[in-house]
Amino acid sequence: MRMKDVTLVLDDGTQFKGKSFGYESPVAGEVVFNTAMMGYPESLTDPSYAGQMMVLTFPLVGNYGVPRFSMEESGLATFMESDRIYATALIVSDYSEQYSHWNACESLGDWLKREKVPGVTGIDTRALTKVLREHGVMMGRLVFEGMPDNVEKQDYDTINWVERVSCKDIIRYNEGAGKKVVLVDCGVKHNIIRCLVNRGVEVIRVPWNYDYTDMAFDGLFLANGPGDPDMCVDAVNVLKKQMSESRKPICGICMGNQLLAKAGGATIYKLKYGHRSHNQPVREVGTNRCYVTSQNHGYAVDASTLGNDWRELFVNMNDGSNEGIRHMTYPWFSSQFHPEACSGPVDTEFMFDRFIETL
Amino acid sequence: MKDSQIKKVLLLGSGALKIGEAGEFDYSGSQALKALREEGVKTVLINPNIATVQTSEGVADEVYFLPVQPYFVERVIEKERPDGILLAFGGQTALNCGVELYQSGVLEKYNVKVLGTPVQAIMDTEDRELFVKKLDEIGVKTIKSEACETIEQARQAAKTLGYPVILRAAYALGGLGSGFCDNEEELDKLAEKAFAFSPQVLVEKSLKGWKEIEYEVVRDRYDNCITVCNMENFDPLGIHTGESIVIAPSQTLTNSEYHKLRALAIKIIRHIGIVGECNVQYAFDPQSEDYRVIEVNARLSRSSALASKATGYPLAFVAAKLGMGYGLFELKNSVTKTTSAFFEPALDYVVCKIPRWDLSKFHGVDKELGSSMKSVGEVMAIGRNFEEAIQKGLRMIGQGMHGFVENKELKINDIDAALREPTDKRIFVISKAMHQAQYTIDRIHELTKIDKWFLEKLKHIIDIDEQLKGQNINTVDSELLRSAKVYGFTDFQIARAMGLEQEFSNMHKALIVVRNRRKQLGIVPVVKQIDTLAAEYPAQTNYLYVTYSGVANDIQYENDRKSIIVLGSGAYRIGSSVEFDWCGVQALNTIRKEGWRSVMINYNPETVSTDYDMCDRLYFDELTFERVLDIIDMEQPYGVIVSTGGQIPNNLAVYLDEAGVRILGTQAQDIDGAEDRAKFSQMLNELGVNQPEWSALTSMEDIDRFVDRVGFPVLVRPSYVLSGAAMNVCSNRDELERFLQLAANVSEDHPVVVSKFIEHAKEIEMDAVAKDGEILAYAISEHIEFAGVHSGDATIQFPPQKLYVETVRRIKRISRQIAKALHINGPFNIQYMARENDILVIECNLRASRSFPFVSKVLKMNLIELATKVMLGLPVEKPSKNLFDLDYVGIKASQFSFNRLQKADPVLGVDMASTGEVGCIGDNTNSALLKAMLSVGHRIPKKTVLLSTGDAKQKAEMLDAARMLVNNGYEIYATDGTSKYLSDNDIENTLVHWPSDNAQPQALDLLHEHKIDMVVNIPKDLTSNELTNGYTIRRAAIDLNVPLITNARLAAAFISAFCTVPVDEIGIKAWSEYK
Repeated sequence: MRMKDVTLVLDDGTQFKGKSFGYESPVAGEVVFNTAMMGYPESLTDPSYAGQMMVLTFPLVGNYGVPRFSMEESGLATFMESDRIYATALIVSDYSEQYSHWNACESLGDWLKREKVPGVTGIDTRALTKVLREHGVMMGRLVFEGMPDNVEKQDYDTINWVERVSCKDIIRYNEGAGKKVVLVDCGVKHNIIRCLVNRGVEVIRVPWNYDYTDMAFDGLFLANGPGDPDMCVDAVNVLKKQMSESRKPICGICMGNQLLAKAGGATIYKLKYGHRSHNQPVREVGTNRCYVTSQNHGYAVDASTLGNDWRELFVNMNDGSNEGIRHMTYPWFSSQFHPEACSGPVDTEFMFDRFIETL
Repeated sequence: MKDSQIKKVLLLGSGALKIGEAGEFDYSGSQALKALREEGVKTVLINPNIATVQTSEGVADEVYFLPVQPYFVERVIEKERPDGILLAFGGQTALNCGVELYQSGVLEKYNVKVLGTPVQAIMDTEDRELFVKKLDEIGVKTIKSEACETIEQARQAAKTLGYPVILRAAYALGGLGSGFCDNEEELDKLAEKAFAFSPQVLVEKSLKGWKEIEYEVVRDRYDNCITVCNMENFDPLGIHTGESIVIAPSQTLTNSEYHKLRALAIKIIRHIGIVGECNVQYAFDPQSEDYRVIEVNARLSRSSALASKATGYPLAFVAAKLGMGYGLFELKNSVTKTTSAFFEPALDYVVCKIPRWDLSKFHGVDKELGSSMKSVGEVMAIGRNFEEAIQKGLRMIGQGMHGFVENKELKINDIDAALREPTDKRIFVISKAMHQAQYTIDRIHELTKIDKWFLEKLKHIIDIDEQLKGQNINTVDSELLRSAKVYGFTDFQIARAMGLEQEFSNMHKALIVVRNRRKQLGIVPVVKQIDTLAAEYPAQTNYLYVTYSGVANDIQYENDRKSIIVLGSGAYRIGSSVEFDWCGVQALNTIRKEGWRSVMINYNPETVSTDYDMCDRLYFDELTFERVLDIIDMEQPYGVIVSTGGQIPNNLAVYLDEAGVRILGTQAQDIDGAEDRAKFSQMLNELGVNQPEWSALTSMEDIDRFVDRVGFPVLVRPSYVLSGAAMNVCSNRDELERFLQLAANVSEDHPVVVSKFIEHAKEIEMDAVAKDGEILAYAISEHIEFAGVHSGDATIQFPPQKLYVETVRRIKRISRQIAKALHINGPFNIQYMARENDILVIECNLRASRSFPFVSKVLKMNLIELATKVMLGLPVEKPSKNLFDLDYVGIKASQFSFNRLQKADPVLGVDMASTGEVGCIGDNTNSALLKAMLSVGHRIPKKTVLLSTGDAKQKAEMLDAARMLVNNGYEIYATDGTSKYLSDNDIENTLVHWPSDNAQPQALDLLHEHKIDMVVNIPKDLTSNELTNGYTIRRAAIDLNVPLITNARLAAAFISAFCTVPVDEIGIKAWSEYK
């Protein structure tokens, strides 16, 4: 079957021509690149990619197909990171129509079509990445052959993406299992919940702006999520309230790191093109310990603005940006990277152990 | 932090190139030395491989051309007193030697610290039992076998391991009573049989069809770990990873699988305690996430060299720094120069490694691939899709293939069998099968167990090929043409698919038609960088490849005509290996030094010339006419050097010249004048220079007439060959006819060249550099063996010790005449034959030859540097005459790998068989020869020597040596003719019988009982009985690891050497001490 021509048009006018292998519908989104070499089912279902068109720099994609979208008894997806694909579109260089894996039940293209997400192949993703690197991330839209170019213009930075992807009601996991952890869902990946549940705690997942301060719990966990943390004023206010009232342990990941930093007085800035990869090196401050981490973020904490009670916990070894913070006295700490991996290296899963130990 | 106690470090090299241990260790050793030099550490290198880059001036502070063996290393330690020693950079040879030195207490005695991975960790990975125990401690699964003594035990073991299992009868040679069992019923049947052979049966889980996956892991002394690269074998488990097509990164693993194995690799190296680099190999179940660890290599390896080139991460360099005490976080990524060395490269391309075999060079060799290595080299291809990478790779291996399709039709009797039992040709069998409807992907998968993803991609190539067929180049849809290029088709393949070959009756013209048409349509390739971070950070890297899968170049060209392109030598193979890498590197160095932009094109991951900091731009890409011209189109160079990379670039000279490319140095027309036998011959006639009588003949009648005139023996060969492929000496009509039947298949269109074969002549090499036809510098060397042993296999002595002054004078004169007639500008080599003072020219190559690094290093005059200056048109001074007068001797000896090539006859002839070489220097011939022979694996016999010394003349040649043996207390065993001859000459010996005689004592038994320390077996002639007996003895010597010499002159020289110079009198002198 012949694939439809698609053009990716960037806000600065640059165009890249490719072929459609997913759902055929014009879309717009922030165009970001990810240098991971595998893990497309996990990345596509990561709610942090909401509103973004994901460009994969590794050219061969779709090789191992897509596993079945099943839910475990615990309420977590077996192979995915949420309930659906959150990325706006997927842009690759060489989509593999034929796949081969014992665990696969459909092709990547079929999955994208089922979830109504466009996929584009045949793009020089290296050239595209260089444009994004030099210019910084920008908005883009897909124009399909024979279809009107009428997608509504959007501005990624003005949307509260967290509100869009967070749960609306409280969900409990591993109910009645010892210590209780409140998880603030800014767009949580299922593996964060799994990492907590596997350590024998009950997880109470609450909406991003929920006031949990009166709830009975032993520790607070701030999850990852999409977009600009400055949009999450409500969440920061609740967090500030919690921190002023209680010394209960707090841990955060990604967006969670940024919210904790904001609550601690720091400011946030947008990175030129973010960190989206499996190979980000971080060093634990004051030690010789280094870790390869999985990351997906476009904003970062300005460490120079941290309050006196706060210290940097990790720094990025490539660009020196902040990778985590800790409070000098209280058991409050967080990481900008993803210790729950999925996808990516699992070297920093000890962060969950550190958190559990403080409960 | 750096360990400041370490001021002087000894590095052990790997010696001669051999199967399983090749150029990758020149690369890793060179990087390590570079890393140490940067630290201001003094370096001492022991490596007898004189053709390597690491043994060049300016790489190590002191170089010892000595065997990498405990005795010699101890002597060097005693003399040099290093603070530290590096064992991980010279392959298994260095590792084994280091472990022995550690165990014998030598390292402790001299207070030498092992840098990097501790020796205990090395031993834990080398000893199978320790290794399994070590991994058991952390619950990591290894491949284990259970010893059972009853059927019930076997059943139980199988149940625990899980079916299918392999059953092996213990203590039974040759796999007697072994087999696969899928269930208990089959196990019962097989176990019954197995117990009939042996009281013990080993039950092992069968991993047939499992994937083979490797990780390259780095750890520093602070316990920080990274995995630099993972790789997936295209061929499933069962084929040695060195024999497999390998893809990096893995293509069929999910995120969870990839990271499961990655996390395990890190867990393993932490537990073992590696400091530096190591490689973890897994078997991985294609139906679940089950795995087994196959092995861990606690050193730099073939795979680590590949991983370095595949990712741009300099593993050996970093490993050396970690050995000096640094943490990964203290080092920078040497590609970006700004980001940290603690990271894991992100690739935005795929690489494909394909082994290069030379099995057709050996008589009788087993061609099936299995768990031991047979390949002699490898290539690495880079592409933006799998199809592009593998098609590039299949061309790079240089065996006349044009990619996955459009090759010469392969003749296969039983395709099923050829798919099931892998040989060096299997990938092409897959291509053939895919053209037949009954071989579906499922069927091929069933037979080969190759993952269907790979097969689907190969099928995609077939589909494009089918679409191209019947198309017209002028009307073909440009999208189809582009798609063919994107998926790795060359202009050649497209031309052939469209039938242009017939239309133009000349393939070269046809491919130029395709080239012109696609350029008209704007279908041209782009250049991409390998930057380790998939473009995430700006990188100033000059490490490049060419692809059609892209719209933009990564680099901006200066268009200043300041680039000089040096064409590399391609895959290492018999006849062309590290020596041409050395030549290429010297050319690059000179170009750079002289202020030009040095550009290299090469695709061999084992080389130093493909290290991106050796030149200003490295194109890791094909050396086809098409690709070289693509690069020239973009690079717009001042000129191209074709004379330092062996025969591959040499063969391109004429085509490039026709395309208007400026060839630097000797002109294409003159190169052709030397390559074309008829033209060359005519020139020699005009000069009044003799050559062995020859004729290019097309029919049997012509050949008969020629042979009637000149007489047997004759040398038969096709034209335009390197290392004498398909060349043979025939001593009678039978042999001639048999050989011609074989050769006719190889070259139907080309006439066969038959020449008079001259026996008992000396062979002499002239390596020289000329400018405007005038010789500037030269080195004359003599073979120890008489003509008839290929110059690449011969033992070479420089300066010559036994040539008549008149012979030398005549050779110089003729060489001057030839240099002038061919207007030579640059390096060249002429091979001569001399009997008395009659001089005959055998051949002439207007390029650097195999012996250039050897003579350059013995002479201490870099002939390539000089030649490059000539080619650049720079003024050069003629070195003064007394520079050629040396007070020491260099000996170059050949390394054979017959032990890896089951069943091959280890006999030398006109066709080259050696896989590597060493060059040693001594105060006299005996001492140099002894070092060289010991370096290539010979041992001085303790007590006994078995002699079968060939025909009368050869027997006579060996007489003095035999007498010397007896006088030195050796016992001689001799087969019948030899025994009689020795007895007639009053030399004491014991008669032993040939294998075909049913009499005692039996030569074969003595060998098996390890009662023979050395075998000299010289084939008398080629009669079949002699062959069988001689072959059996020779092969037994190889299989039982008894040193074997098959040439009378070499045997006599070696015997004389070890009878004259005791080992402890061999001088331990560094290269710099020979003045």
